[in-house]
Amino acid sequence: MSEHDITLKVNGRTYRGKASARMTLVDFLRDELRLTGTHTGCEHGVCGACSIIFEGQAIRSCLMFAVQADGASITTVEGLAEPGTLSVLQDCFWETHALQCGFCTPGMLIASQTLLDKNRLPTDEEIREAISGNLCRCTGYKQIVDAVKLAAQRLSGLNAPVKSDG
Amino acid sequence: MKAAEFDYARAASVEEVCRLLDSANGDGKIIAGGQTLVPLMVMRLTRPSLLIDVNHIETLKGIMIDSDAVVIRACTRQYDALNDVALAKALPLLAKGLAMVGHPQTRNRGTVGGSLANSDPAAEICLLARVLDAEITAVSSQGSRVIADKNFALGAMTTALSSEECLTEVRFPIWQIAGRIGTAFDEMSIRRSDFALVSAACQVALDQSGVCRRAVVGIGGAEPSPLRVDAMEQRLVGTKLEATDLAAAADLLRDAIDPITDNHASADYRRRVARELSLRVMTVARDEALAARN
Repeated sequence: MSEHDITLKVNGRTYRGKASARMTLVDFLRDELRLTGTHTGCEHGVCGACSIIFEGQAIRSCLMFAVQADGASITTVEGLAEPGTLSVLQDCFWETHALQCGFCTPGMLIASQTLLDKNRLPTDEEIREAISGNLCRCTGYKQIVDAVKLAAQRLSGLNAPVKSDG
Repeated sequence: MKAAEFDYARAASVEEVCRLLDSANGDGKIIAGGQTLVPLMVMRLTRPSLLIDVNHIETLKGIMIDSDAVVIRACTRQYDALNDVALAKALPLLAKGLAMVGHPQTRNRGTVGGSLANSDPAAEICLLARVLDAEITAVSSQGSRVIADKNFALGAMTTALSSEECLTEVRFPIWQIAGRIGTAFDEMSIRRSDFALVSAACQVALDQSGVCRRAVVGIGGAEPSPLRVDAMEQRLVGTKLEATDLAAAADLLRDAIDPITDNHASADYRRRVARELSLRVMTVARDEALAARN
């Protein structure tokens, strides 16, 4: 079994590590780089919880071996906002109750962020298509669609965040 | 859900892929997008000793279109094929089917050649290759050969490729026929863009008076490989594709199909869905052809 040195750019920072050929990218991110925001769900490309942005596009990190990503540039859910802050999209997930247990949330955020990156005001249909590869067992999806729509409108200046007193 | 141990090599050229395949004594596997292969590996349904990565071979990427055919190199991402405006214009059926492949994350990574090489019974690209009579080029250290799609899929996840061959490109011919062409693709799945229980594709050409001059109808997901029924297609040619013609053709399909049963659907259910979906795609393709100019 071959062992490989891997250099990866994750959320703008360069990481180096070692992985056996069979280690998946999601396991490398979580277990070697300790970036545990990306979740491991089904491990065979069904649930979407492990979605990351690989070279600008959303992919499933359980369906790629870490060694394949050597030299690549990746964004994980940790890279969507500065530590301690929320992105507009994340804030809208909070506002519309688009998560309950939170297990699918990193994948949902990645899938919907890549949609918003190329489509400023997606329709409900386009949002549902964009998150079709991500399973959620809590919300029934409606609040997630609401969150993405709210974020799209907010990013276009069509609404403002709810003010909180406390 | 972890793959068995293997060695990994990143190939820089098709020649190197062939060399590596030869060195693996029949136990090497090519990985492109990994969207079919990696699930098989983590479920230990396949356990190659050597995994050969073709993702960095630029000569395996790209789409070439002329008046005769659309040629897609094997490692072209499904996303890139789906978003190719010239491809959608040259072969609308291809674009309609590609839109139904998996989810955005699947298409961003999955490749056209990889889907064919793995030959999942439910794969849309395998059905498209079947109905469009694609020609598949395979290269080995012994040379290259072109395989007609009807001889390519040998069963579920089984193809005519030898363990030393690398699929390099697939050629989808464009019909050289005067008249109006209409196409349709449809499928039935449990969740949106999930694996199709049954899929259906149709392309028809009508002459100026609305008579069908050529018709292909294919069904995916129902049998171990995509299916076409000659008698069904022959039933359509020479008719005006009236509702009675389409129903008669769909009945021929229903009588000929021998579907699989699994946890999701029985053979009988798939047979009924195949008949209904075939009716839908024939109807949509006919109406599209009738609405087309020229």
